[in-house]
Amino acid sequence: MFDESSQETVLDVSNIEVVYNHVILVLRGVSLTVEKGGITALLGGNGAGKSTTLKSISNLLRSERGEVTKGTISYLGDSIKDLDPADMVRRGVIQVMEGRHCFEHLTVEENLLTGAYTRKISGSELQESLDLVYNYFPRLKERRKSLAGYTSGGEQQMTAIGRALMSSPETILLDEPSMGLAPQLVEEIFEIVKQLNEKEKVSFLLAEQNTNVALKYAHKGYILESGRVVMDGPAKELRENPDVKEFYLGMSEEGRNSFRNTKSYRRRKRWL
Amino acid sequence: MEALIEILYLIFVSPFAEMVAYPDLFFQGIWDGFVSGTLYGLIALGFVLIFKASGVFNFSQPILVVLAALSLVSFYKMGIPAWISVILVLVMFYVLAFLIERLILRKLVNQDGNILFMSTIGLTFLIIGSAQWIFGGRPSAMITDELGLPNGSLEWPMFGGGVYFEMIDISAAVIASIMIVILALFFSKTKIGRGLRAVADDHQAALSVGISLNQIWVIVWFVAGVVALVTGIFWGARSDVSFALQIIGFKALPVLIIGGFTSVPGAIIGGLIIGLGEKVFEIYWGPLLGSGVEGWFAYIIALIFLLFRPQGLFGDKIIERV
Repeated sequence: MFDESSQETVLDVSNIEVVYNHVILVLRGVSLTVEKGGITALLGGNGAGKSTTLKSISNLLRSERGEVTKGTISYLGDSIKDLDPADMVRRGVIQVMEGRHCFEHLTVEENLLTGAYTRKISGSELQESLDLVYNYFPRLKERRKSLAGYTSGGEQQMTAIGRALMSSPETILLDEPSMGLAPQLVEEIFEIVKQLNEKEKVSFLLAEQNTNVALKYAHKGYILESGRVVMDGPAKELRENPDVKEFYLGMSEEGRNSFRNTKSYRRRKRWL
Repeated sequence: MEALIEILYLIFVSPFAEMVAYPDLFFQGIWDGFVSGTLYGLIALGFVLIFKASGVFNFSQPILVVLAALSLVSFYKMGIPAWISVILVLVMFYVLAFLIERLILRKLVNQDGNILFMSTIGLTFLIIGSAQWIFGGRPSAMITDELGLPNGSLEWPMFGGGVYFEMIDISAAVIASIMIVILALFFSKTKIGRGLRAVADDHQAALSVGISLNQIWVIVWFVAGVVALVTGIFWGARSDVSFALQIIGFKALPVLIIGGFTSVPGAIIGGLIIGLGEKVFEIYWGPLLGSGVEGWFAYIIALIFLLFRPQGLFGDKIIERV
């Protein structure tokens, strides 16, 4: 279990500003830290900047014409500014992209194998890694010969996480694993994330819209709104916070609230 | 009525009667069709490689064939031994692949396929211009003897006549087959091959697992250059080495439609279908339609394929989930 007192920071994002296409300001000062062995949740609605934050860490931003214009990101103390995504994967940081992004025309197993692309390992070590993934996702073993494009949404999400696992990562940046999945499947995926975190000691930075399930599994959380961190704290505290309850979990002191009532005092409080 | 019977007879009876009556002529046609089929297949292969790895239809592939043949001959004429010229051409293609990646593809990552396609059209004219400037545009003969390729022909007596096998054609077929097997294995079994297919499927995802697009693109353009060199040598041996060769390059288009844009074996089988089909059709049905059937036959077949099987025989299935 994650020891909350050990505060060894692996990833330190400090006050970054991100601009797309030289004009569109998406992040305006986001700071966060990810602790070793923890699950950190990044919460917020559509367009809040969750994916952009993850992409600035994995350095996938540049291929989308985005740029970190201010602030610093460091991983294990080193600035990652001039690294490309392949360097990040070699250093143990890999992103699982939103919307799964499996290689549709490759089989499930080939998809997994591409995850080990940056590792220089022998055939038997590769097989070991595969077995490890199949151990966590037995369903993938059954489907390993089918084209990933023909598998179900849940299986594709598993393939995407399994593929990241093949790079033997220390930190996985997981973007919206719950997207488009049935609630039961979401729980299943999060259970596996928890196991990976506890048994394989993988740290997670998790971007989620599903605040409820994310706060259930995370150790701490950040809430983003229009490119700013508006609130952060241990997951337990966030779960109990009346504002979070109201705005993100759809609850109020009188129990469940309807959208009509919530809206009127949405901006009542100024957070940070 | 009688005219109709006459036409039906010409279409359905007399060609087959001729095939049976003169089997040697038939086999000669099959062999010639087979050889040009493999060569069409080789050109198509160059397209397939780049399409697979970057999802770009590389308009400049035919001109790469011309460039390979032309520079090979020109290097030889400068007094460089033939095999060293081959190595020089390979080095030149590696440098070219590197420059194309650095100066064009890297700037256009994640752009629409059409934009990349347009950039390959630009590249085509850039290569035509500079090749003409450096090597001149006069047609010359391919240096087959100097490369140690066999010449002359074998005659195999058969059915009272004989079938001629040009030695150069035999070596073309053998070398093409070897190359195809190697490439097919490379794509399906190796790590880099998997990386290539991954990049073709989804640039972003390939980046996210740490596949370096830059490295993949240099490799694939270089391999396409090697294929262009082999194609250039054998097409150059059959006709002259000149810019007219690029017309043949566009024969690869129907081949790709038939075989599928993403399949290595598809390129070859598509090539054989076109090569054999147009030869046999020309010999037996050509007189009926006036000559010049070879010019359009391939495109008709391609049209039929587009209507009934748009992904081609072996192309990646168009995946649709409902």
